[in-house]
Amino acid sequence: MEATRALPKNKGVMRENRKWLCMPYGVFLVLFIILPILLIFCYAFSDADGHFTLNNFIDVFSPDSSGTTFKVIGQSLGVAALTTVICILIAYPIAYILANSKFNKNAVLVYLFLLPMWINFVIRTVATKQLLIFFGLDPAMHPWICSIIGMVYNYLPFAILPLYNTMLKLDKSQIEAAADLGASPVQVFFKTIVPMTVPGIVSAATMTFMPTMSSYVITDALSGRTIKLIGGQIEHQFLHSQLNVGSVYAIIMLALIGLSVVFENFFSEKKKGAR
Amino acid sequence: MEKELVMNTPNTAMEETNRSLQRREKGEKAKKAVALTFVWIMLLVMYLPIMYLILYSFTDSKVIGQWNGLNFDCYATLFNGSNVYAKQIWEATWNTVWVAVVASTLSTVLGTAGAIGMHFLGKKLKAVFNFANEIPIVNAEIVMALSLCILFAWLNLPTSAFSLIIGHMVLTIPFVVINVQPKLEQMDPSLYEAAMDLGANRAGALFKVMIPDLLPGIFSGFMISMTLSLDDFVITEFTKPSEGMDFQTISTYVQGTLAKGAIPIQIRSFTTLIFVLIVAVMIGYTIVNNRKAKKI
Repeated sequence: MEATRALPKNKGVMRENRKWLCMPYGVFLVLFIILPILLIFCYAFSDADGHFTLNNFIDVFSPDSSGTTFKVIGQSLGVAALTTVICILIAYPIAYILANSKFNKNAVLVYLFLLPMWINFVIRTVATKQLLIFFGLDPAMHPWICSIIGMVYNYLPFAILPLYNTMLKLDKSQIEAAADLGASPVQVFFKTIVPMTVPGIVSAATMTFMPTMSSYVITDALSGRTIKLIGGQIEHQFLHSQLNVGSVYAIIMLALIGLSVVFENFFSEKKKGAR
Repeated sequence: MEKELVMNTPNTAMEETNRSLQRREKGEKAKKAVALTFVWIMLLVMYLPIMYLILYSFTDSKVIGQWNGLNFDCYATLFNGSNVYAKQIWEATWNTVWVAVVASTLSTVLGTAGAIGMHFLGKKLKAVFNFANEIPIVNAEIVMALSLCILFAWLNLPTSAFSLIIGHMVLTIPFVVINVQPKLEQMDPSLYEAAMDLGANRAGALFKVMIPDLLPGIFSGFMISMTLSLDDFVITEFTKPSEGMDFQTISTYVQGTLAKGAIPIQIRSFTTLIFVLIVAVMIGYTIVNNRKAKKI
């Protein structure tokens, strides 16, 4: 009697014990992820001595500098939006073909698209720059074209992968049914395939849009430093030990990321609603 | 006559369908050819910059794009111990590798334990953990980098090997957790209980029953961690040791030389060797995988 009663209780204790395995990670999360982000807000509102001030914001948004700030925000959004759209337009057909067993029977081709990612991206960017010069596209003369090519080149695999994964799960019978019921290939594409791949498009967009805003290494190398991204502004402040002003830029960045997350959720919610 | 006609009609009909089938097959073949051509052209474009770099690793011109005749100076100097650039490159390589191995290993241990613990938490607390875990994935790397830099400045600690490892762990841990989580969901909870009932102690049940089940997720988490860490620039730049010797990883080293002007010629031969290594690993992996698939 005693033993059988003790057993479940004992098991409960065991379960409790496994729960505690996440304690070290919890401490890590608080110390190195949550606390540092809170510190960004403290630093943005204080001066070098730690006293409260709004000067950092005034520095960034004063009439003298706000022009540059808004230009940087605009350029970041512009580069990110263009890169995302172009990446998806190129990645979509590639992912469709790779995931379609009619065209491609093994995953080797997929690996081939991912393989360049293992070469250091700074080195790849240098190579891209030299190749563009070889083709007569001097980054100093065509900063936008070169930067966008460099960005698309770097982020294309990140767009292909989520799209490929959704397309593997496409419901083939629905596509066939649409075709059998007399839909033209164009109708089949826009009315069945595209709606079914919306989750893949959304995650491909997130995978490219968010990191491009801070990929200042690529734009620095491929625009002759004429296109400035928010990430570059933060680095600039960091290199000049201006962590307080840098924090203001980080907050701007956080706001933009927050907006993109809201945007992303809006689209995924809509998709869920449609179902 | 009559009979022949009757016999003939289905025949022509069949021929008709046969012909249309053939036509369709031809169309499918053409479609396939167009699709695969497109994919291969895109692959060619993806590899063009790397191929360009590799081509110029066989000449010793200072800048890529100027051919000085075929020679192996890039390779000879890369393995010449007294060459300054070669020394810097190998030191940066060593730094890149040890940081990636240490950070990925720590991330894998801490992240796996974290994921297991989270699995048994109550709903609300689990959601909080999941939210915190998502932060570094969604957040821009540069914001995480600056925030860590501020943390160490606030603690009055100079950035060091410790801050660098922490930085790379922040970058990689969430990916370990999200790779282990699905395996935990699939796990059969009764196995662990059975092991306990059969007399295994807690550690035994954990390491002999639970961890083997999670191994594929743990492994892919580790591999993603390595990939992210080896390629990282931003977090490294913000958290790398600031005192003592000039600490560089491959990313920061190449970016630094690029900002000053041209990159060392040895980077070309170095990249070529890395590329060959990656391709070899890839081919080996595919062969092993195919063999495994055949055995099953």
